[in-house]
Amino acid sequence: MIVKQVSVFVENETGRLAKLMQVLEDNGVDLNAATIAETGEYGILRCIVQNPDETVEILKKNNFLSSITNVIAVTIENRPGGLNAVLKILAAAGIAVKYIYSTIQSLSGNAVIMMKVEDPEKAAKLLTEKGVKLFCLEDLK
Amino acid sequence: MIWNKEMECADRETMRALQLEKLKWSVQYEYDHVPYYAAKMDEAGVKPEDIQTLEDIQFLPFLTKEDLAANYPTGLFAAPMKDIIRIQSSSGTTGKPKIMGFTQNDMDIWGEAVARGLTMCGIGANDVAHIAYGYGLFTGGLGAHLGAETVGATVLPMSSGNTARQIRFMQDMKSDLLCCTPSYALTIAEAVEKAGIKPEELQLRAGLFGAEPWTQSMRDKIEKGLGIKAHDIYGLTEITGPGMATSCEMNDGMHVQEDLFYPEIVDPDTLKPLPDGETGELVFTTLGKTGTPMIRYRTRDICYLKRGKCLCGRTTVRMSRVFGRTDDMLIVKGVNVFPSTFEIFIDKFDELTLNYKIIVDRKHNSDTIELLVELAEGLEFDDIDFVENLKDRIERSLRDELQIGCKVRLLNAGTLPRSEGKAVRVEDRRRFE
Repeated sequence: MIVKQVSVFVENETGRLAKLMQVLEDNGVDLNAATIAETGEYGILRCIVQNPDETVEILKKNNFLSSITNVIAVTIENRPGGLNAVLKILAAAGIAVKYIYSTIQSLSGNAVIMMKVEDPEKAAKLLTEKGVKLFCLEDLK
Repeated sequence: MIWNKEMECADRETMRALQLEKLKWSVQYEYDHVPYYAAKMDEAGVKPEDIQTLEDIQFLPFLTKEDLAANYPTGLFAAPMKDIIRIQSSSGTTGKPKIMGFTQNDMDIWGEAVARGLTMCGIGANDVAHIAYGYGLFTGGLGAHLGAETVGATVLPMSSGNTARQIRFMQDMKSDLLCCTPSYALTIAEAVEKAGIKPEELQLRAGLFGAEPWTQSMRDKIEKGLGIKAHDIYGLTEITGPGMATSCEMNDGMHVQEDLFYPEIVDPDTLKPLPDGETGELVFTTLGKTGTPMIRYRTRDICYLKRGKCLCGRTTVRMSRVFGRTDDMLIVKGVNVFPSTFEIFIDKFDELTLNYKIIVDRKHNSDTIELLVELAEGLEFDDIDFVENLKDRIERSLRDELQIGCKVRLLNAGTLPRSEGKAVRVEDRRRFE
């Protein structure tokens, strides 16, 4: 239920992101989802990969700091109000959403949204009870 | 106008005779009152009575900032505390500040030196001296203040900052002389222009600028922007403070008050004296100071000396502008900054590695410092907030502890260049040519 996201610190310099991607490519790491939160000086790449712990080690060897963050992968219907249906459940339970981003693939009319919430375990349990389908890491391949 | 014609226009023989007499006295005084230096002299096999000519000074041991650190805080004081009426201080490489004590006699010497400089600027009892150097342990503000009082000027003790207020006082109080760092003078000049005030609407005639390196183009901008004649002032806290040398209206080197502070130029490697005109390290001996007198104190400033009568009529030896420093001390906004201080500082943050780099630049005529640091492993940084908070905390702490506004740039661990041997920690992008 819980998906391990890899968060990577990237200096905001021309070519630096390309260098990071080169490291991932050289090590056969595929991105299943990715987003960047940025300031003027640096960004944090948040991504979903199949072997998060191993990826952290690879990055460390190549001078990129990264850390593991627990997130959930929520499937939502690809229609107006699809995301809102999920957010309403979390809001009603008082669980704050820190950020969301979408995965690269969509599955037969559904979208998959990565979601960082205050309490991933609690959110996952709650959403499952309410009939929202959650994906695990393998499903995102 | 010359403040002290007798000293400033003395012929060479008279000056040398006076210097020798004062040097003999100063060496004997140091030997009798500062055991640390007496031991140094004994070790070098020199006795006070060995000083028979001015050239004999070369047999005396040097004093350095390391000696000051080793004797922190007051080990080199030659007078009892009851006679010390003022402490001034500047930061030190060892993390220990340099503490200098002034007796009334020393304050008189300082006031005399600055008064001569102010007179070179054409400032006297009828004028308003606007002091925009920082006041406090830093000698800039109080040094200029003392000199202005000595010449009987009306002193405006503005201290630095609050540029709008500086300009208001300058207009309303009709300031004649501005004393501050050259970069701050430029900031004021720009603010004056922005406010739509024409230079001729100001009463200002002269400026006395020092405590940091500056360029001819800066001088031009300041002179034009404020409608003044700019003068250089030089000094260091260890010897006294600003006013040890000042440039006259000829702008052809700074006249050293050599009857009070005896200058030498030595080769920074061999430490042998160099002839006039040759560039080397400036060394000063105080002549007649009693609080913390200094014999052959190595300033680390690189310049040359020039003798011969100046067109202004003065005969005192002149020093060139300072070309650089022999150690890695940075002078940023007139404040001494040492790379090692950053090292000690960074060490306190578990979130950072010990690697760092300092980039000094000059933007909009003001010195800037950027501190590049590396994030340590094991941090949870998927939130921008976490990283921003960390950055904020480091910047705030730098401001509080080092009194220096400094931008922090965070980097991945391992991205700063590692060097073998002595790390290159500082990149000074300022150009003073």
